Amino acid sequence: MTVKFCWFNLMPWPDLPDDFKTEHRSVWVDIDGSLFDPERANGIYHEYMDQLEFADELGFDGIGVNEHHQNAYGIMPSPNIIAAGLARRTSQAAICVIGNSIALYNPAHRVAEEFAMLDCLSGGRLVAGFPVGTPMDTNFTYGQIPALTREKYYEAHDLIMEAWTNPDMFAFDGKYNQLRYVNCWPKPIQQPHPPIYIPGGGSIETWDFCLEHDYNYSYLSFNGYLAGQTLMDGYWNRVSEMDKSESPGRAGFAQIICTAATDAEAEELYSEHMLYFFNRCLHVFPGFADPPGYRTVKTIQAGKLDQFRKENQALFKRLTWKDLVEGGYVIAGSPDTVRERMEDMIRRLRVGTVFCLLHMGNMPDWKTRYSSQLFAEKVMPGLRDIWGDDFADAPDWWCKPMAERVRPEATMADARRYPEPNGGASA
Amino acid sequence: MSAAETAPAPVFEEVVVTTRRGVTAPVRVYEPADAGENGAASTAGAPTAMALHGAGGWLGDEPVLAGLAAAGLRVVAPVWPAWSEHTDEDRLSDMLDFALHGWDVATEMGLLGAGGAGDGGNGVAGGGLHLMGHSMGGMIAAEMAALAPQSVGRVALMCPAGMWLRDHPIPDIFAMLPYQLAEVLFADPNVGEEVLTGGADFSDNETLTRFMVARARQQGMAGKILFPIPNRRFSERAYRVTNPTLLVWGRQDRLIPSAYADAWHAALPDASIELVEGAGHMLPYEQPAAVVTAITAHLTA
Repeated sequence: MTVKFCWFNLMPWPDLPDDFKTEHRSVWVDIDGSLFDPERANGIYHEYMDQLEFADELGFDGIGVNEHHQNAYGIMPSPNIIAAGLARRTSQAAICVIGNSIALYNPAHRVAEEFAMLDCLSGGRLVAGFPVGTPMDTNFTYGQIPALTREKYYEAHDLIMEAWTNPDMFAFDGKYNQLRYVNCWPKPIQQPHPPIYIPGGGSIETWDFCLEHDYNYSYLSFNGYLAGQTLMDGYWNRVSEMDKSESPGRAGFAQIICTAATDAEAEELYSEHMLYFFNRCLHVFPGFADPPGYRTVKTIQAGKLDQFRKENQALFKRLTWKDLVEGGYVIAGSPDTVRERMEDMIRRLRVGTVFCLLHMGNMPDWKTRYSSQLFAEKVMPGLRDIWGDDFADAPDWWCKPMAERVRPEATMADARRYPEPNGGASA
Repeated sequence: MSAAETAPAPVFEEVVVTTRRGVTAPVRVYEPADAGENGAASTAGAPTAMALHGAGGWLGDEPVLAGLAAAGLRVVAPVWPAWSEHTDEDRLSDMLDFALHGWDVATEMGLLGAGGAGDGGNGVAGGGLHLMGHSMGGMIAAEMAALAPQSVGRVALMCPAGMWLRDHPIPDIFAMLPYQLAEVLFADPNVGEEVLTGGADFSDNETLTRFMVARARQQGMAGKILFPIPNRRFSERAYRVTNPTLLVWGRQDRLIPSAYADAWHAALPDASIELVEGAGHMLPYEQPAAVVTAITAHLTA
C-alpha cells in the first residue's frame, strides 16, 4: 500500500484580534459574534476552496474538510456544502469529509443521502468520516445530552450503514430515529459503501468500534506526533489484542506541516501564523471541553486531568516557535528536514493516511501555496512507498473512483461546441 | 461508660432495593425520633416523606432529613442511580424513566398509601406519600406527583429545577469547572467549597481522578434531565399536581433565582412560597433549621 496524503483545510477565521486570548473567553461555542464579518467571509471561503482545488492539481491523494459549529478556527458547519463545490471543480483527489457528526442529524439518514450524493457527484471519490463530535460542537452547540451522545452516535451509524447496504426498503425503529420507510435514494457509487474513517480525539472505546467494523481510525490532534505516539501505541496494542491485520492503512494522523527552502525560512515565513493558531485558535474555555457524561469512565481513568486545576487555568502557557517545532506540534523546515521528520512520524505512528495541515491560522494564500507545492513536489514522493510491499494485499481504506467518471470541465467543453445564439454576434 | 453507650446512634439506616425494572440502589431510612424507645408501634402511623437529592447527591448525614425525623416524620431517601457504587444508571434515560424509578423505589419500600397524616389535602384516605426534593430532586418529585397525584399527600420542593425563564437564564453548571461551582451554589462560597469537596486535595491525581469519575457518572446522569436546558415541560403537566405544595427557596439563590419560585407558584394549583434568608441554591446545607421548620409545618399540617 502507498501512504495517502490528504490536504486538509480547517477554514479558520484569520482576523482574531491580538488581545483575543485575554479579552475573550473562548474561540468556540460562545465566540464573540461581532468578530465575524460576512463580507470578509465571502473572500475567505473562496480562497480556502481555491486552495483545496490547488491541492488536487498538486497531486495530493485527497482533499479534506470537516464539521465544526460556532468555532472561529473552523467556519465550516456544513462540510458537505464545500465538498459539493470541490466535487464539481476537481477530478482526481479523494473528497475526504472527515466528517459528518452523525449524532447531530435528525434523522441521521440525512447523512446517508448527502454522502451518497457526494459519492455520485464525485464519481466515487468520497471518503466518509463519522466523528462522534467534540463536546463543543455536539453538546454545547447542538444541545445533545452528553451521557447519551455515544448511544445516539452508534444508532445513527447503524441506520446509515443499513441505508447504504440494504437493497430493500426497511423500517428503522431506533430510540432516536424512528423511520417507517428507509429507502436511500440516491445510493453511493462505491459498493458496499465508501471507505469509513472514524476521526478520534482520544476516546479509547472508539478503537474497538473501528476494529469491530474494520474502519480507519484517525487521530486528529493538534498536539503533534510526539504527543500522539502514546495514544497510537495504545491503538496498535488493541489491534494486536483483537487479532486484526496490522496494515498501516488502518490508521491516520493529522499533522501540521510547514515547508520552505530552508529551516530558517520556515521560521521566518510561518512562525507568526502557527502562533496565531496555537495561541488564539486553540483558546477554548476548558469548561466546554469535558461535560460530565461525554467521556466514559474508562477514558477518564486513562487520561490526564491537569487542565481542570485552577492553577493551570491561570498559567495557560504561551507556546513559542521553538516549543512547537521541538515538541513535534509542527513539522517545519526545508524539504529534507520535513521529509525526515515526516518519515519518523509515519513510522512511529504506523499510519497509512496523513491529514496534512498545510494551511493554519491566518496564513496568507501565497505562503499556503508555497508550502504545499514544495511539500507535494519535494517531500511527498519520497514518502509514499515507505511501507513497500509489506501490505500490498491489505485493503487500503481508500476510495475507488469510477474509471470513466464525468469531469465537469469536459462537459463544459462539449457545451461550447454548440453555436452561440445569433451566430455569436454580440447584441 | 462502654463504647456502645458513647457511640452516637446512626442517623439513618441504609437498605438496598432492586426495582422491578432491575435498578439496584441504596435507600436511606430516617426513623421518627421516638421509634427507638417505644418501637415501631408508636411510630407506625408517622407520616412518611420520600426525599430526593439534588445533582450533588446526599452530602453527609443530611441535617434537613435528620431534622424532619426528629420532628416526627419517617423520611425515606433513595440514592439515585449513579450516586452509589451500583452502576445501573444506563437503565434510565429520560424524565419519565426518572419519575417512574421514584415510584418503583416507593413500591419496593412498601410506601404506597403510607402517608398517614390526614388526607394529605387530596381527599384520598391514608393521605398518600409525601414527596420532597431539592433542585434536581425537586424536579423529579414534581414529575412523580404529576404522574400519580392520588398517591401523593403533600409536596415540598426546595428550589426545584425544571423550568426555564428566558429573562432569568440559569447558569450552565455543565460548563463550569469544579472550582467555579461554590460561587454559584452558595450564598457564602467559602462555606460552599468545604461542603462540596469535603476538604479533598485536588492536587493529588488519584483524588482528582476519583472526583472526575464520580462527576462524570453523577452529573452525566443529571444531564439526562437537565442538559442543555433544565426544562422537560413540567409546566404543561403542573395542573395535575393538586396536592398542597410548599416551595422553599433561598433568597440568595444564584443558580435558580427566586423568580422561579414565582413561576412554580403560578403553575401549581395549590402552592405557597417560603423564602429563606442567608441561603443560596444549597439552602438545605446553608439554613437547615429554617428549612426543617418550614417543611415540618407543611407536611404535618
